[in-house]
Amino acid sequence: MDLSPVWLSLKLATVTTILLLMMGLPLAWWLSKKRTVLRMLAEVLLTMPLVLPPSVLGFYLLLAFSPQQGLGKWLHNVFDVQLVFSFPGLVLASVIYSLPFMAGPVRSALQQLPPSLAQASYTLGKSEWQTLRHVLLPNIKPALLTATVLTFAHTLGEFGVVLMIGGNIPGVTRVASVAVYDAVEQMDYSLAANYSLTLFAITFALLMGVFIYNKNQVKTPLE
Amino acid sequence: MIEIDIEKKLNIYGGGQMLKFSGQMPMHSVTKIAGPSGAGKSTLLKIIAGLATPEKGRVVVDDKVWLDAESGINLSPQKRLTGFVFQDYALFPNMTVLQHLQYATHDSAWIDRLLTIAEMQAFSSQKPQHLSGGQQQRLAVIRALAIKPQLMLMDEPFSALDAKTKARFTAALSSLFDELKMTALIVSHNPQELDAFTGDEITIGE
Repeated sequence: MDLSPVWLSLKLATVTTILLLMMGLPLAWWLSKKRTVLRMLAEVLLTMPLVLPPSVLGFYLLLAFSPQQGLGKWLHNVFDVQLVFSFPGLVLASVIYSLPFMAGPVRSALQQLPPSLAQASYTLGKSEWQTLRHVLLPNIKPALLTATVLTFAHTLGEFGVVLMIGGNIPGVTRVASVAVYDAVEQMDYSLAANYSLTLFAITFALLMGVFIYNKNQVKTPLE
Repeated sequence: MIEIDIEKKLNIYGGGQMLKFSGQMPMHSVTKIAGPSGAGKSTLLKIIAGLATPEKGRVVVDDKVWLDAESGINLSPQKRLTGFVFQDYALFPNMTVLQHLQYATHDSAWIDRLLTIAEMQAFSSQKPQHLSGGQQQRLAVIRALAIKPQLMLMDEPFSALDAKTKARFTAALSSLFDELKMTALIVSHNPQELDAFTGDEITIGE
């Protein structure tokens, strides 16, 4: 079995999770504050990848980053960057697609903290950033872990959106989920079973780890 | 002098009630605040601290305008730097007693003194979930004091203390307030527990 699709999936999931930890946490914190029209709109957009068919999201990304037109053409001409059928394109699609898995649980956990925790920190003269770093985030560790693992596992399992924007280029964009599809198309069920079992085992181990870590803190890691 | 003249809609009992308060409180002394449940005592303290904003009014502390709804002045809680004791304590579950104080100040001598006043030296490495209700409440008070605030705002700060501890703790705080010339506004349902403090008493919501 060629392990490169599995390694590529793991690399994609790692890069996506790190980027989403950097972008998703501030976004979740912003969303956890008092609801405004702008925040409601942002929440709807954030939730869209959960309900939209991945192929639709992939199609829009394909159109947006096609080097033949619009933004994709501009990126290609000015920065010599091509996102379609490339690893950076997969990362971008994964970040958008997995964003709700990072921001959602973190936002919910922040909203469940008593408002007086942040208020107490403010009265001690601490800024919003200091409060987030020293008071809020340390008190939602189970949710942070859950969000991180869900993001990683969800990115590992992506299929439609990565196929649309990345295609099936060996060593470049052929991730494990695409390799399963490819093997089935070629009637190589044994190879498909190997890739499937590998993905199943990794995902199972990750989720089991979260359940064990969170067992004393929440009823299930999905709460 | 603390001058307050505010109006704020209260989000309790369906949201129809208004908190209207107009009054003056002297600096460098303790003012006891009494009143029925739901009258807006906690909200009044939060407005003074900058944690709640009234629809109308002004808050002036020692000739500095902290809030003026008409002209749009509204200093942040970080700039007002009041020592706020929350009714629910608002302790940080991730921090030990010592870390609570170190988060507020780097003055280790002051931290030692506060731990002594609260009789909590032996518990300095404990997190809030391992403290009794009374210890948690004392921690909430000394955390607020850690920044040496000009103004202490205390919402039911002694309700979880037993009679003897309360007597010792309030006596120690009273001396400290005098020594540091602090101003304190203390909300309490039980005026007798504030006997250690001399000062005015005001009632709101009646």
